[in-house]
Amino acid sequence: MSETSPPPAASPADSEVERPLRRLARMYAESRVALFGLALLLVIVLAALLAPWLAPQNPYDLMQLDMLDGRLPPGSASGDGRLTYLLGTDEQGRDMLSAILYGLRISVGVGVVATLMALAIGMALGLAAGYFGGRFDAVLMRIADIQLSFPSILVAMILLALFGQGIDKIVIALVAAQWAYYARTTRSAALVEGRKEYIEAARLLGLSTPRILFRHLLPNCLPPLIVVAALQVAAAIALEATLSFLGLGLPVTEPSLGLLIANGFQYLYSGRYWISVFPGVALLLLILAINLVADQLRDVLNPRLQSQ
Amino acid sequence: MSAPQPARTAALQEAPAQAPANGSTIAPLLELKAIRKTFGAQPDWVERLGQRLGWLQPAAMVQALDGVDLSIARGEVVGLVGESGCGKSTLGRIAVGLHAPSSGRRLWRGTDLDALPEAERRRAGLGIQMIFQDPYASLNPRLRVRDLLAEAPRVHGLIDRTQQAEFVAALLRQVGLDPAVADRFPHQFSGGQRARIGIARALAVKPEFLVCDEAVAALDVSIQAQVLNLFMRLREELGLTYLFISHDLGVVRHLSDRVAIMYLGRIVESAPSAEIFSRPAHPYTQGLLAEAPTLKVEKKRFLAIQGELPSPLAPPRGCHFHPRCPHAFERCRLEAPYLQEIAPGHVSACHLNGA
Repeated sequence: MSETSPPPAASPADSEVERPLRRLARMYAESRVALFGLALLLVIVLAALLAPWLAPQNPYDLMQLDMLDGRLPPGSASGDGRLTYLLGTDEQGRDMLSAILYGLRISVGVGVVATLMALAIGMALGLAAGYFGGRFDAVLMRIADIQLSFPSILVAMILLALFGQGIDKIVIALVAAQWAYYARTTRSAALVEGRKEYIEAARLLGLSTPRILFRHLLPNCLPPLIVVAALQVAAAIALEATLSFLGLGLPVTEPSLGLLIANGFQYLYSGRYWISVFPGVALLLLILAINLVADQLRDVLNPRLQSQ
Repeated sequence: MSAPQPARTAALQEAPAQAPANGSTIAPLLELKAIRKTFGAQPDWVERLGQRLGWLQPAAMVQALDGVDLSIARGEVVGLVGESGCGKSTLGRIAVGLHAPSSGRRLWRGTDLDALPEAERRRAGLGIQMIFQDPYASLNPRLRVRDLLAEAPRVHGLIDRTQQAEFVAALLRQVGLDPAVADRFPHQFSGGQRARIGIARALAVKPEFLVCDEAVAALDVSIQAQVLNLFMRLREELGLTYLFISHDLGVVRHLSDRVAIMYLGRIVESAPSAEIFSRPAHPYTQGLLAEAPTLKVEKKRFLAIQGELPSPLAPPRGCHFHPRCPHAFERCRLEAPYLQEIAPGHVSACHLNGA
């Protein structure tokens, strides 16, 4: 046997090929708007995380509130002169800036936790449906179809009406309203990837089904899931805000942004815009930042742009 | 001349015994018996209701394989040739166990693989590996070469962590790659290099039998030759047995001890390589060989085989080749011919054989 040419040895130049993560970071940074969105998101998330240290007062501690400071416009000093209400106060004399920071904490927390849980459930179901197919797939996808044909706010409202209020209940309602998006996305990705030859090779190599699913199939289904999850965080936050605005969401003792907006709503026409508008602006900026990041992620993770 | 059933059986039992060049008569390594495969979903209750009410047509069933027998002796290289759509890839996937046949048996060293318990079948199945057509889709893009090669041997306890680096390096050297590439991802390689990685991955579990499904069809011609030479070198070094599936007669001729020609789900002719290229018996084989492009300087009119491959949804009655066969006569339209031995180790399925 004559093997004519020597093996195509690796040239030293291409050992410097970029790692996938670094290439994604570089592609992401190509858009200034996306970088702005990421910076804004980081600032908001940091502010939410650090709320107890950043906020001038604890808005949930009734001892710190002074009813006499109620409904002060932005920039007013407090009655005892110790602090300035930069964004004004609500009817109970609560500093709006502090309330917004604590509200962000709850909104971001609920949105992220609900998204992660919905992602885990939807991903597992979608992966199994896409890989195994058959009756399980058919039944699961029909359930998802039926559920997606109802507005997610309706689904969440029905569940909250059944379960009652509370932060755990609203997370359950958000998960129930959103798992279907992840199940569908994962299933379609798993259908495409599962037909590729590397999955057949893994089966021939005698690897166990869980190993094939989670080590071979799932990592290759992740790009579209990351995009959907990023967009759905924003949707979950907006949905939670809507429910809280309607009074179905979180209890008054743990006001999220939606509840703050609702509390100030009645004062809008009397000119005391700040009670409603500033929480609204905070919510808007949060959702805008998440959407900017998610949009760019979608471009960066697009397999057609990514392939080579 | 007729009485096809006994003749067919006799021919098939003799064929594998005579096929290896060294004339050994051990039991075949892999034997496929009367394999049938139809594709098409069983109708569920909604579809059955629809069919009963006359709203739906019954779903069409694709007859991919129609009673194929093939046995491959240890150390033999069998080429499987046919047009696209004739079922050769399906046969390869059944041979390795990726598809289950609709009926028929798969014997590995004389034992029925699909009757074994799951764990034993999985272990026995390691002996049969596949080299895939697409060098891009057949490697998991998220795994480094090191993990691609070492995962299965680690899972099956063939090597432990301390031996991994050495094991991967040896495999890479065996397929002609620099061991330094073990840390890279598949997208950092050319098509030919990926093909070598795919071969190394199959070799990692110490197989005895490789099914190569159009394994070089996606590569440049110059790279094809290198990879084919690698296959031959590995055959000598490791004593491998191959089922080499291809539509390219030149590739098959270069490699094979024996060639089987498939047409629309059936094997129509099988013979030692030299014999089939010098004395093709079946009209379809003759047509294929006549149309193979050659480098000879001559004025040649290409007389393409008339017509197209019929749809496997509705294969023709009788001999599947009769609508395109220049020699077809009445009997071909009615009765399917069986494989008959026409020379030692040479079987052909044509009603003209006895005539």
